[in-house]
Amino acid sequence: MNLVHARAAGAPSTAPLRVTNLAKRYGQVIAVEGVSFEVRPGEILGLLGPNGAGKTTTINIVLGVLEPSSGTVAIEGLDLARHRSQALAHTNFAAVYAPLPGNLTVYQNLRFFGLIYDVPQLSRRIEALLAEYDLERLSNTRAGVLSSGEQTRLALAKAVLNLPRLLLLDEPTASLDPSAANLIRTRIRAMARDSGCGILWTSHNMYEVEETCHRVLFLSHGRILLEGNPKTLPAEHGAASLEELFIRLAREPLAGGAVADAPARVVNA
Amino acid sequence: MKLRPIAGIALRQLYLMRSSPTRILPMVAWVAIDIVVWGFMSRYLNSVAGGSVNFIGSLLGAVLFWDFFTRVMQGVSMAFLEDVWSRNFINVFATPLLISEYLMGLVLTGVTTSLIGLVVMLLLATAVFGLHFLAMGAMLVPCLLVLFLFGIALGVLASAMVLRLGPASEWLAWPIPALLSPFVGVFYPLSTLPPWMRAIGHLLPPSYVFENLRALVAGRGYSWRELGLSVVLAALDVALAGWAFRAVHRNAVRSGLLARYSAESVG
Repeated sequence: MNLVHARAAGAPSTAPLRVTNLAKRYGQVIAVEGVSFEVRPGEILGLLGPNGAGKTTTINIVLGVLEPSSGTVAIEGLDLARHRSQALAHTNFAAVYAPLPGNLTVYQNLRFFGLIYDVPQLSRRIEALLAEYDLERLSNTRAGVLSSGEQTRLALAKAVLNLPRLLLLDEPTASLDPSAANLIRTRIRAMARDSGCGILWTSHNMYEVEETCHRVLFLSHGRILLEGNPKTLPAEHGAASLEELFIRLAREPLAGGAVADAPARVVNA
Repeated sequence: MKLRPIAGIALRQLYLMRSSPTRILPMVAWVAIDIVVWGFMSRYLNSVAGGSVNFIGSLLGAVLFWDFFTRVMQGVSMAFLEDVWSRNFINVFATPLLISEYLMGLVLTGVTTSLIGLVVMLLLATAVFGLHFLAMGAMLVPCLLVLFLFGIALGVLASAMVLRLGPASEWLAWPIPALLSPFVGVFYPLSTLPPWMRAIGHLLPPSYVFENLRALVAGRGYSWRELGLSVVLAALDVALAGWAFRAVHRNAVRSGLLARYSAESVG
């Protein structure tokens, strides 16, 4: 089946990401259950939740390195299970737990991944990214000896190499100082706005989430408990801030009244 | 399959070799030492035997073939192990890269590194010990092809094993050639072996290479039929190894092993 047919038959929407009824179980242990959501073009969707809530499991499934027990993932309308390579060509990611090879230089890392993603006019693209992410003077420096901030900039440059339609960022600013983190957030917001790429963002920094994300999902025990606008959500649920709401949901996920009873669903906020 | 992702996998290894002499040295040093040691041993045995047997051809030639095979296998496994050591699995496998492209990239790396070793061995063996390698003529083609294919098969199989059992199992991968060598008959005819070992030897493609090498040096000529059979066997082994890697990868994706590899939680 060619790509045009795959898209036409696979999904009516061209949402960068559509996840439907996702579940991952390890024997009796449920990592993720009944998770459905979508990321729209130009949207930054925050995936929030305490440690072990299922955020990284969800991201790993979307990245194709973990097979779900059930449910589907469609990237740009392409079913990941059936069109893995074509679907992942529209995706890229940066995650704190997946550092780039430290024994390659900044330039070599970008060239290596550029070839893997089959990026056209690669040399020109690398030059542009080195300038954009302020990595020119570090071009011949091995990634392993870069500072945390520099490594993050390199990871982000790699993550946008192929101009992805879907970008997954797992705590991208976790090790950055406030100034560097602010610059990265500004850059990512601009990218979503200008290129229309959808971004799935995880973070434990609620200030950052409120400032960056258009919409958030709260995950707990592998289920979506809550979704909405991070700026209005706390007031809607009687919390003074997003952080307070997070803490409440993380500590007592089943005592949140209507929130706790919210079924997992395709989000349409 | 696309060429650029395959080139990317091979290019990474080239970058690493270029930046680190410690990666280049073992590619040439060990094979050179082997040729020197076995070259003098062959020369000594020639002097003892008084010219009745050509040990330079049979013994040194066999060592050269065996080293070529092990370098192909190690070249493939080393390229894979780079991803293990740098915890690079998520970065590599969460991309459009096909498993066939990844394996082809490993093979391309193995070809490059083993050819460097082969050239060094040929130069030394010819210049210092007078091994007339090219005198083997057309027989060289199937012999090198068999060793090359079987090296690839074992390299891919060893990579599958490390992917399945975790990084610590790399120490099980290195001795695989040594484990096979008694059955393959590198230094002695298969007829020397007890029947059960001989039966295993006949299943291993390199055994036909060494049997025919000895026959050629002894002036008995060689068997195209046997060499053809060994090429087919080796090609079959490559297909089986590729299938095994795919199966292990699929299982690692299903069980979560692949994701945990990068999260450094593999025990």
